[in-house]
Amino acid sequence: MKIVPGAVCEAGTSRVNKTGGWRTFKPVYDYDKCIKCKLCELLCPDSSVLPKEDGYFEFDYDYCKGCGICANECPKQAITMVLEEK
Amino acid sequence: MKEIRIHGRGGQGSVTAAELLAVAAFADGKFSQAFPAFGVERRGAPVQAFTRISDAPIRLRSQIYKPDYVIVQDPTLLESVDVASGLKDDGTLIINSDFDPETFKLDTKAKIMTVNATKIALDIIGMPIVNTVLLGAFAGATGEIRPESIMGAVRERFPGKVGERNAQAIMKAYEMMEGQK
Amino acid sequence: MARETKMDKQKMVVVEGSYAVANAVRVCKPNVISAYPITPQTHIVEELSKFMADGEIPNCEYINVESEFSALSALVGSSAVGARSYSATTSQGLELMHEVLFNVAGMRLPIVMTVANRAVSAPINIWNDHQDSISQRDTGWIQLYAENIQEVSDMTAQAFKISEDRDVMMPCMTCMDGFILSHVYEPLVLLEQEITDEFLPPFRPERILDSKNPLTFGAFADPNIYTEFRYQQERAMQNALKKIEDTANEFYDMYGRHFGGLIDEYRTEDADIIIMAMGSIIGTIKDVIDRLRERNVKVGLLKVRAFRPFPAEAIMNVIRDVKVVVVLDKNISLGMNAGALFIETKSVLYNTDIDVPVIGYMMGQGGRDVPMSTIEKIISDAEEVMRSGIKIESQFTDLKEELV
Repeated sequence: MKIVPGAVCEAGTSRVNKTGGWRTFKPVYDYDKCIKCKLCELLCPDSSVLPKEDGYFEFDYDYCKGCGICANECPKQAITMVLEEK
Repeated sequence: MKEIRIHGRGGQGSVTAAELLAVAAFADGKFSQAFPAFGVERRGAPVQAFTRISDAPIRLRSQIYKPDYVIVQDPTLLESVDVASGLKDDGTLIINSDFDPETFKLDTKAKIMTVNATKIALDIIGMPIVNTVLLGAFAGATGEIRPESIMGAVRERFPGKVGERNAQAIMKAYEMMEGQK
Repeated sequence: MARETKMDKQKMVVVEGSYAVANAVRVCKPNVISAYPITPQTHIVEELSKFMADGEIPNCEYINVESEFSALSALVGSSAVGARSYSATTSQGLELMHEVLFNVAGMRLPIVMTVANRAVSAPINIWNDHQDSISQRDTGWIQLYAENIQEVSDMTAQAFKISEDRDVMMPCMTCMDGFILSHVYEPLVLLEQEITDEFLPPFRPERILDSKNPLTFGAFADPNIYTEFRYQQERAMQNALKKIEDTANEFYDMYGRHFGGLIDEYRTEDADIIIMAMGSIIGTIKDVIDRLRERNVKVGLLKVRAFRPFPAEAIMNVIRDVKVVVVLDKNISLGMNAGALFIETKSVLYNTDIDVPVIGYMMGQGGRDVPMSTIEKIISDAEEVMRSGIKIESQFTDLKEELV
């Protein structure tokens, strides 16, 4: 491999690095309690809360590191952190 | 090489005068250089500006310590500034004043000349802006530069009526000083 | 190596140094200019702003930013998309850019920036010395220093050509002494549009930021590869040595003007004493040399035009056989009691067969005027060194002992 001057490389290469494996607890979503306020989507530091067509959300477990911010901030306690079974 | 120092107060156009003199001298076929000695840049504070005129390209970048000519835009500066400092014995000091040259007791062997540039400026330009008028007086007193070149530089910098009135005032000052030589 | 520059007086005009630079930038057809005013650089960006308002710089974006940090950061983006990018600054403004200077060089973005050299605070001082740009020595920017406004105007076109060369791709500072050159009115030939269009081809970098073909610039480099990036930058700087010379020669062929490549020489043939210096003080030194030559003092001038990359070989060739070298610096490395040009000249002579005494003078700090008499005094010191060796290696000049 030759390095390119200016450290210029293809963009978006971090996608191959699936960080979901770092997780100890995973977020689980209760649709019945959700009011679609979008706070979880807004606050996720890894862009791992993805909106669905019906206005609810789902988690991208490939990249979610299990930080728990979404569960902590959810005003309706619609998200709970559950120990990951590995 | 001839070196000229212009004394004025911030806002009186001393720097502009030095620049116009450089432009005019070049139009006369000489080489020239003009630069300011910026201090505290505020209205009313004493300021100095310099011009060098030479037949050969000018390389020297130091300030001017022994001028051939000094122009004083505001006679009240004489109270606080040594305007004759370093002036050569065979040089000329031109003061904007309505008093006679003998009134000014300055520590110099150089020739002192006065011109009432403020009156000329008020009469012709309609404002007490004397920088261009004094350049006309300089041309008349020293013969270092053609008045046409000064008028040309002024017209280029201030197009239209303003330039025209300044040109008239320059010619008036030139003729007055020419007569005194 | 000295080339005769014949100036056609018919083509010359008397303008302010800042205008001459702004005009040269316009002629080089930049695509993005970022501007943040700071004395004594302000007139340059003001004149460029007028050109923009008058529609005289087509296909160009003029960005008013909120700090110098932003001024250079904005150009990181614009240069990466393939836009020819320009800014100007000085003193504290340049120091505020410090972090971004490294980014620009590291991403190999050929930005050109005029530095109207000024002292750095504290205490506040708006006048000229070289401390601001010298302090950015190791950021990976090419640094060229100009002697007069003709040279800094011409240098602008040369800088774009040098920086944008495929074998270089490093940014360039064109340094002009604040006030002394930025605010002087003197005659010059304004940079010619037609010749410049031929001299300076459009900027076409190999890799550009493009949303249709996304790339990452300045990406992460771990210890396995970081060294190699630094090596590449150093190699590019070494390539710039030749490119700076070639560009000055090519410029001379096309425009008929030459102010030196990496260095320039004045009356160095048969010289016993060589004075080395950078910037506007060169003109004053030349006048002193002419005067002393009439008195048979064998003194010559080595003008250093490129401080980075450092022209070690060119300098050694000139001073190899002289009896004493005097280095004038408008900067100081505090704690070393010496200026940068002095320190580096001495360092390139070590481990060589050249054995010549080198003495240094720090002068002109914060705009302190350097009259001809000061340089004459220094040359008489140098004559003393020839007779009886070095007594003081490096010292302040014209120090007012009574004040300290």
